[in-house]
Amino acid sequence: MTDNNKIHIQFLKLLNAETGFGVDYSLPKLNVISILNLPSKFWQTATSISAKLAYRFVGIWAQDLNETIELNIMLELQGVFLLLRTSIDIYTPEIASVTPYFPAANRLERHTHDMFGVIFTNHPDERRWTRHMAWHKDQFPLRKNFIFNLNSVNTTLPDNVYPFTKVHGEGVYEIPVGPVHAGIIEPGHFRFSVAGENIIHLEERLGYLHKGVEKLAEGCDIKQLIKISGRVSGDSTVAYTWATCNALENASNLKISDRALHIRAIMCERERIANHIGDFASICNDVAYTFGYYQLMRLKELWLRLNKQIFGHRLMMDCIQPGGVCVDLSTQHCQDMQEQITKFRCELAELYPIFETNYGFNNRLQTTGVLSYEQALSLGVLGYVGRASGCKFDLRHDACYPPYSTLQPINIPVFQTGDVLARLRVRAQEILVSFDLIEQLINTLPTGCILEQWINHKKIIEGIGLIEGWRGEILVFVRVNDNGLIERYFPRDPSWFSWPALEMLIHDNIVPDFPVCNKSINGSYSAVDL
Amino acid sequence: MIKTLYKIFKVGTITESLTPEQNDNFEYVGDCCKKIIDGKFNGSLSIRQIDAGSCNGCELEIHALNNSFYNIERFGIHFVASPRHADLLMVTGPVSRNMESALITTYNATPNPKIVLAIGDCGACGGVFGCSYACAGAISNVIPVDGIINGCPPTPMNLLQGILKLLQDK
Repeated sequence: MTDNNKIHIQFLKLLNAETGFGVDYSLPKLNVISILNLPSKFWQTATSISAKLAYRFVGIWAQDLNETIELNIMLELQGVFLLLRTSIDIYTPEIASVTPYFPAANRLERHTHDMFGVIFTNHPDERRWTRHMAWHKDQFPLRKNFIFNLNSVNTTLPDNVYPFTKVHGEGVYEIPVGPVHAGIIEPGHFRFSVAGENIIHLEERLGYLHKGVEKLAEGCDIKQLIKISGRVSGDSTVAYTWATCNALENASNLKISDRALHIRAIMCERERIANHIGDFASICNDVAYTFGYYQLMRLKELWLRLNKQIFGHRLMMDCIQPGGVCVDLSTQHCQDMQEQITKFRCELAELYPIFETNYGFNNRLQTTGVLSYEQALSLGVLGYVGRASGCKFDLRHDACYPPYSTLQPINIPVFQTGDVLARLRVRAQEILVSFDLIEQLINTLPTGCILEQWINHKKIIEGIGLIEGWRGEILVFVRVNDNGLIERYFPRDPSWFSWPALEMLIHDNIVPDFPVCNKSINGSYSAVDL
Repeated sequence: MIKTLYKIFKVGTITESLTPEQNDNFEYVGDCCKKIIDGKFNGSLSIRQIDAGSCNGCELEIHALNNSFYNIERFGIHFVASPRHADLLMVTGPVSRNMESALITTYNATPNPKIVLAIGDCGACGGVFGCSYACAGAISNVIPVDGIINGCPPTPMNLLQGILKLLQDK
C-alpha cells in the first residue's frame, strides 16, 4: 500500500463495514490518483461516508463507453485525491444524486444530465441547466451517437419558459437582468427578487455561452485540443492549456524538462497578476473610485505589453504545448521581467496605502457581500473567494506540483471576514506573492530543452491535470484513443462553485452593490457554460 | 488626499503621443477616426458591445481601449450601456445557439442606421468553434455585418484600425 492510500484507509474501512463490499486497500492508480471502482448501488453510500469524513468535492463527470456510461467523482482530503468510478447501463442511466451530501455537485450533475441523459435520483433540483432551446430534451450531445454538426437553419428560440423560483410576499418585485448586460462582460441572466432595496433572492441562469467545447474536443488530435483548451476561458488561457497538457503528459507518462515547467509557471503567475490587477481596477470602478481604476489599468497594460514582448501574445495564448513550451526565455527577457517586478513593487507600495486609507472606498467594500466560512465550505469554494472566507486550499501549497514543489513554501494569504474587501485583500496580497514566485523561478531557471516530442501511444490512455489558475484549482480530464485522438475532454472551472456562492452572499445586499459583489467573485461564464 | 494628488501628478499624462504618420501609431489612427466621427456622427460614436459566445479574450482587449494609454474616448468613441443609444454594435463570437435570439433582439433594439462590427476570429468565421449543434458560427450567419476585425483576440491597436477601416468604407 502506498502512502497516498493511507489517508483513505478510514474511508475504505467504513465503506467495507457499511456495504460488505470488501474493497482491497491497495487501490489502483490513474497517474498518481487512487481509483475506487464501485458498483453503482454503493455510489450513494460511498459519497455519504466521504462527506461525513469531510472530503472535499472536486468534480463529477461522465463518459459514454458505448454500452455503458461511466461516472467519475473526484474527492480530496488533506491534499490527496481519490477518484470514485462506477458504470451504469446506457439504456437505464439512473444513479443516486450526490448533491444531498455535496451541495457543490448540484449544477455539475444537472450539466451531466443535460449532456448525457443520466438521471440523478433524489436530486433537489430537476430543472435543466446547460440545455436551453438548442437541442431537444431527448437528445444528449455527449452521447457518442449525437451528431456534432447538427446544423439547424432555424433560429434557436429564446429560453422564455425556464421555471424560475418565484418569491411571493407583499411588495416583492422581480428585476430580470441579462443575458446582455450593460458593460463589456459575458452574458448570463440574473433574476433578482427584491423588497424595497434589499435583494431577498437571486437566481442565476447561465449556459448562454454553451459552445459545445466537450463535444468539439471529441475526435480532435492533440494539437487541436490544445488550441481549444486555450479558449475555454480566454482570461485563463495559460492555466487551461497547462492543465490540459498536464493531463495529457500524466496520461502518457511524458516527462517534461524543468526549464519548460519553470517557464509555464512564470506564465501562469503572470496571468494571475494581470487578472488580479485588472479585477482590482474593475472593483474600484464599480464603486466609482476612478483614481484606483485608472492607476491599476495603467499597470495592467504595462504588464500585458511585456507579455507581448516576451511571449509574443498579450494574453500568452498558445505558448504551452504537450511536452513543454514553445517560447524560450533569454537572459534579457528575465532581466526585463525582474525590472518590471521591481518597478511594480514600488508602484503598489505607493498605491496600496492610498487605497487602504480611502474611507469612502473601504466603506463600500466592508461588510458587503459576506460569504461565511460555513457557506464557503459547504459549496467547496476555491481560490480567492474561498481564501477570503477562511478556506485556505491552494494546490500550489496543499497538493504541490512541480515546479512549485522545488521552490520555497508558498505563503497563502487567508482572511476570515468573507466580504468584498477580504476578497480584494486576498488578491492584493497574492499579487505580491506571485512577484516573489516569478523572481524565484527566474533565479532558479534551469538550462535544458523546452519541448519534448509528443509520442502517440497506440492505446487508450487517460489522465487528470490539476493546476492552480488565478480563479483557483482547475481540473482537466482527458481520454485519448488508440489513434491518438481525443475521446473525452472535461475541464472543470472553479467558477462552478463560486457562482452558487454569489447567490448566497448577495442575500440582503442592496441592488446597486450587485456589480461590485459580482466582480469580487468574477466567475467565468465561458468556462462553466462550456 | 495629498498622496492621491501626488501620485496623479507623478504619473502625468501617459496617453500615447503623436509621432510621424504611421498606420501602427495609435493616436494617428485615432485622429483619422475622429475626423470621420466629427463629420458623420456629429463628434461622437456610441458603441454597444455584445458578447454572443466569446471566450472572454476579446472582451479583455476591448476593455483595454478605455485605459489611459489608449483612452479611446478622446476620439469621440465611447461605450454605451444600451443598444438603444448605439450607432455601432461590436459583436464577439462565435454566436452560440443559446445567444442567437438575444443577439437578434439586441440588433433589432438598435436604432437605424446602425453598423455592425464582428470582432475576433470567432466573430469573423466561427474560429476554433465553427458551426455545430451549439454554435451558429460567424456573426454574419445571424445578423448583417458591415466589417470584421480579425485576431485571437485582436489587440487594442487592431480594434482601432478596424473601426477606422469600417468608418472609411462606410
